Amino acid sequence: MSDPQSALGGAVYQGYLTVKDAGAQGMLTLRGDHATLGAAVKAATEQGVPAQRQIEGGLGGGAAWASPDELLLFCDYSAAPEALEKARKALEGQYFLAADVSDARAIFTLEGPGIRDLLAKLCPADFAPKALPTGEFRRSHIGQVAAAFWLESEERATVVCFRSVAQYMFDLLSKAAEPGSELGYFAPTAS
Amino acid sequence: MLKFTCPYCGIEASETELHAGGEAHLKRYGPGSADEEFEGYLFLRKNPKGVHLERWRHAMGCGKWFLAARHTSTLEVFGTYPAQTHEPPAEILEKIRAKYPEALK
Amino acid sequence: MSTRLPTGGRLIDRSKRLGFTFNGKQYQGFAGDTLAAALLANDQVLMGRSFKYHRPRGVVASGAEEPNALVGLGEGGRFEPNQRATTTELFDGLTAISQNHWPTLDYDVGAVNAGLSRFLPAGFYYKTFIHPRAAWKHLFEPFIRKSAGLGKPSNPGDPDRYEHAFVHVDLLIVGGGIAGLQAALTAAGTGAKVLLLEQEAHWGGRAPVDGAEIEGEPADVWIKRAVETLENAPNVTLRTRCMGSGVYDHGYALAYERCTDHTPGAAGPRHRLWRIRAGQIITATGALERPLSFPGNDRPGVMLASAVRDYIVNYGVSPGDRVVVVTNNDDAYRTALAVNDSGLSVACIVDARPSAEGPLAQACRDAGIRVESGKAICGVGTHSKRLKSVDICAQAGEGAVLETIDCEVVAMSGGWSPVVHLWSHCGGKLLWSEDNFHFYPDVTRFPTSDNGAQYVRTAGIASGAMLTEQVLEDASKNAVAALADLGHSAEAWRPSATGVEEAKMAPVWVMPQGASKAKKSKMWLDFQNDVKVSDVELAAQEGYQSVEHTKRYTTLGMATDQGKLSNINGLAVLSGALNQPIPQTGTTTFRPPYTPISMGAIAGPGTGNTFQPLRKTPIHAWHEANGADWEPVGQWRRPYCYTKAGESREAAVSREVRNTRKSLGLLDASTLGKLLVAGPDAGKFLDMLYTNMMSTLAPGKCRYGLMCNENGFLMDDGVVARIDETTFLVHTTSGGADHIHAHMEDWLQCEWWDWKVYTANLTEQYAQIAVVGPNGRKLLEKLGGMDVSKDTLPFMQWADGTLAGIPARIFRISFSGELSYEIAVPANRGLELWEKIVEAGAEWNITPYGTEALHVMRAEKGFIMIGDETDGTVIPQDLNLHWAISKKKGDFLGKRAQQRSHMASADRWKLVGLETIDGSVLPDGAYALGEGSNANGQRNTQGRVTSTYHSPTLGRGIAMGLVHNGPERMGEVIKFNKVDGSTVEAKIVDPVFYDKDGEKQNV
Repeated sequence: MSDPQSALGGAVYQGYLTVKDAGAQGMLTLRGDHATLGAAVKAATEQGVPAQRQIEGGLGGGAAWASPDELLLFCDYSAAPEALEKARKALEGQYFLAADVSDARAIFTLEGPGIRDLLAKLCPADFAPKALPTGEFRRSHIGQVAAAFWLESEERATVVCFRSVAQYMFDLLSKAAEPGSELGYFAPTAS
Repeated sequence: MLKFTCPYCGIEASETELHAGGEAHLKRYGPGSADEEFEGYLFLRKNPKGVHLERWRHAMGCGKWFLAARHTSTLEVFGTYPAQTHEPPAEILEKIRAKYPEALK
Repeated sequence: MSTRLPTGGRLIDRSKRLGFTFNGKQYQGFAGDTLAAALLANDQVLMGRSFKYHRPRGVVASGAEEPNALVGLGEGGRFEPNQRATTTELFDGLTAISQNHWPTLDYDVGAVNAGLSRFLPAGFYYKTFIHPRAAWKHLFEPFIRKSAGLGKPSNPGDPDRYEHAFVHVDLLIVGGGIAGLQAALTAAGTGAKVLLLEQEAHWGGRAPVDGAEIEGEPADVWIKRAVETLENAPNVTLRTRCMGSGVYDHGYALAYERCTDHTPGAAGPRHRLWRIRAGQIITATGALERPLSFPGNDRPGVMLASAVRDYIVNYGVSPGDRVVVVTNNDDAYRTALAVNDSGLSVACIVDARPSAEGPLAQACRDAGIRVESGKAICGVGTHSKRLKSVDICAQAGEGAVLETIDCEVVAMSGGWSPVVHLWSHCGGKLLWSEDNFHFYPDVTRFPTSDNGAQYVRTAGIASGAMLTEQVLEDASKNAVAALADLGHSAEAWRPSATGVEEAKMAPVWVMPQGASKAKKSKMWLDFQNDVKVSDVELAAQEGYQSVEHTKRYTTLGMATDQGKLSNINGLAVLSGALNQPIPQTGTTTFRPPYTPISMGAIAGPGTGNTFQPLRKTPIHAWHEANGADWEPVGQWRRPYCYTKAGESREAAVSREVRNTRKSLGLLDASTLGKLLVAGPDAGKFLDMLYTNMMSTLAPGKCRYGLMCNENGFLMDDGVVARIDETTFLVHTTSGGADHIHAHMEDWLQCEWWDWKVYTANLTEQYAQIAVVGPNGRKLLEKLGGMDVSKDTLPFMQWADGTLAGIPARIFRISFSGELSYEIAVPANRGLELWEKIVEAGAEWNITPYGTEALHVMRAEKGFIMIGDETDGTVIPQDLNLHWAISKKKGDFLGKRAQQRSHMASADRWKLVGLETIDGSVLPDGAYALGEGSNANGQRNTQGRVTSTYHSPTLGRGIAMGLVHNGPERMGEVIKFNKVDGSTVEAKIVDPVFYDKDGEKQNV
């Protein structure tokens, strides 16, 4: 079996922070009453059901609150078919929807200082630490396309978008990360 | 640039994250309805200069449709509420009528 | 002469010399200079030409309101027209050119307009170019276009970067003068998040130049300490070179930051547009000085009194040795004192008021400056485009010259107008002050936000507070109020009175008050657009009463300065001519931006490869490497065809169609919408969405369906596959995926919210590849892993399995009429499968085909295409698709609408095939000619072409179209119009041109 090709094959841009295509990641969409999804989330990801707008865990093993009746689960790419089966089994007889969406998305990681400043150039969300604490999963738009993101720490964040616009997203994030363009609003600039 | 708080995910969303969907609480008329009923359902909209109940979708967000009570001229928002209802919650109605007793009549 | 003074200049650094050019000439200035200051320091008084008459223009102001000193900055792609020299920070190597003149700034042929000015009155264009009608297009318009326009755009494109910044703050303060600083200081100790913006590079605004004292200290000292305090306040962000440009609904505001204009070539964006959401906004935007309307007030050397003061105090620049100050208020006396202090001479203070007895006037007299009250300027003398003298008369009279005074500069002051722009952008109303003769914010009629409460306040002079301590008190008070609304408490501050009392000003709108028409035709209101007192009076005389109409008729205030200097004087003149009070005339509407902002800043990151998202399938790169000729489909790019070296598009499409029909073709169908619909009520839901029955579809099978909106019109079509009892996979058109998904969610969330159905958009999860042609089965068998025989996988069924080692779902569906398999695999393995297919298919000359071959083949089969056969007004019945409209179902979306009399009528345009008699291809969209003409004299029509192609299979043109009662008129020949006016005949035929019995797809 040959390697699955993520949209950008691991592209990297080194600016004042690093923009990186995170490669193929396992993802499941799970729709249903959150109160009934616990066993499935546990079976597929070893995580609990996240509270409103939260993410439990992260890439490779995580559960994110996507809407009142939708979760986005993360696992290893190769584990996704099995995780999907486990989730389905756990929900047998219930009313739900579960689907593998690993290939439908592109995932980028941002590493380095100034993540809040970078995202604030592209997205109308409030990136103040109070409004978007680490571990909060936010859906909005970055540039002109839908996106979801969360900060794992002040120096590490993950951005999820549709696969077809991976290049657009990478270009957008890279431009915003160009050295010299630091916004210096949330984080003091280097200079 | 309007903003509304999505009642489903609690986000105060900017207009660019939303999709407007026109008048709320329309009653659907299907086969068997009179021409006048169907015309009203399909074409006749309130379009007031005043308080308007309207549909918005948190399209660049949780994807949920919600309803808002908004004054079309002052742009005051009296509240947002889930779409799965046939009328605004009582507290929103009270708030509207306290300021505009003749609204929504 | 204007020159650099030996000492002084609080903003310049005399140790740093900067070289720059103006119209190719080399000059030197100092760090801290504006371009205008540096030009004046080099005796370059003439800086531009006016728009209409091309009159010579010198700088009149010192800030953002400047109407005259507009220059083209930079070169090549970085050239930027209409930049104000007064707000352009000097840097080493700056190049500027003047504009709006030919051939040179000094000698302008267009200045002949000036001599004709009495023939170019208000509304000249409207009046003159009406007759004869034909002359507009061929004579007037080309001439006017050539002479109109201000500055030139850059060419080639802009190499600089621009960006946006979205921030959310509790309190936005616009303006970093002492009012803005005081408002920020008030908020500094609170928990409110504050953003303070200053449009210039320096904090403090005018106070230091005006000699203000705060709590016994010079303003400079107080400002420095305030900025230090604010820089150390964790809840305050300060930003210079950042202009608050507009206030919008619900606390939204835009600000325009000029990041690297002053350090060209530096890394980072040139401009940044701040997109701010604020809980409360305080506009501490100060005030602008007004000119006075006296004959010759547009001559280079006539400047605002505040500007003269600024050039001397801020930049150590003398605008000229001998200055006459002309005023209707006390503030201009400060300019006289500044001129005097700098060692230059004040020839006279001409005060239009009957008496001048305030403390400032006394100070001037004490300094030995001559003060003439009750006087006016009634004319100016010039020499070589420069001011030489002014004629003095009585303000009360008609302008009999009492005396001529030699001078090089006139410093004029008509009083100050608060900058109420940002207050007004979102509905703040104004009052007229009979003390200061200006409009100021009416605090009882404020802009309201989403919570129905006030969200914009003004501070300082922007509120109409004119004295230093009033400014600070007002700023403090309004900050406390804004903070209270945000839930924070702060203490108001009341500074002790240290300002100098000022005597009351007098309203002086025309100087002298009894000036003749001839004199009024030399009094400029709008310096850039050449609108004079006489023009506004003429407009009033011709019946213009509305200030908005007068503005457009005369072009008053329509220049790039948007009337910052001219508006109040203009509407005062209009009020005078209409004999009504000024508030009754009112102001024109204040609209953002406050001053022009760059197009680049507005576009932000939306340029170049991020201009808009371009969607790519997993196989995009292969297409690109193999000759794809792209076609945009929504935001997708799909290959239209694949051209080989030397091959035309037409030839490529023909080759792709022929090879596919003869042997084997290959299509990237990944863009097709793929929506998962699951739940116990999924079948019931799809029965409502589709016109045909979906709930009866057996798992494992596929069914073609039509989707209509509630209007009854066809909106989408595609194949539905039933996965299991409760799960369906819905295929939509490529362009329809997102909006059909949204359509489903709309109905599920807002109408049938108790139905148990979930949807998921899986469009991008799968790469979908169509393998098409008589050798398709052989190819799949060669790839191996799945039984694709006729019996195991018959037409309109699907199967899961592993094909060529890749997990796949194969749909046996056909949009070409050939034996066809659509193979869906995980997107990350789409390219892998595609390459395997291409390799394995070589023995059958496998031919990748694009969207055009797809279109041709479906048209040969008479298959409709959403967007071609439909246009939002076509119902399925029009397309003879009755077979796909369930008669059993009591309801589906569109059913009721299709029962409306017009829809149900038999008398409609309906789908037919069309064959030209001569075999040519019908023009796309051509109309079928009917008998007679309509009420407008237009030829009646009886149909139109919806799809038209050259069919390589049949070797002739084929088309589909909607024709009145078409299906009943088989064999009839009708005429279609062509663009060149001729017509072409076509026969009405069956729309299925190829394999009418469908044998090929069913093998």
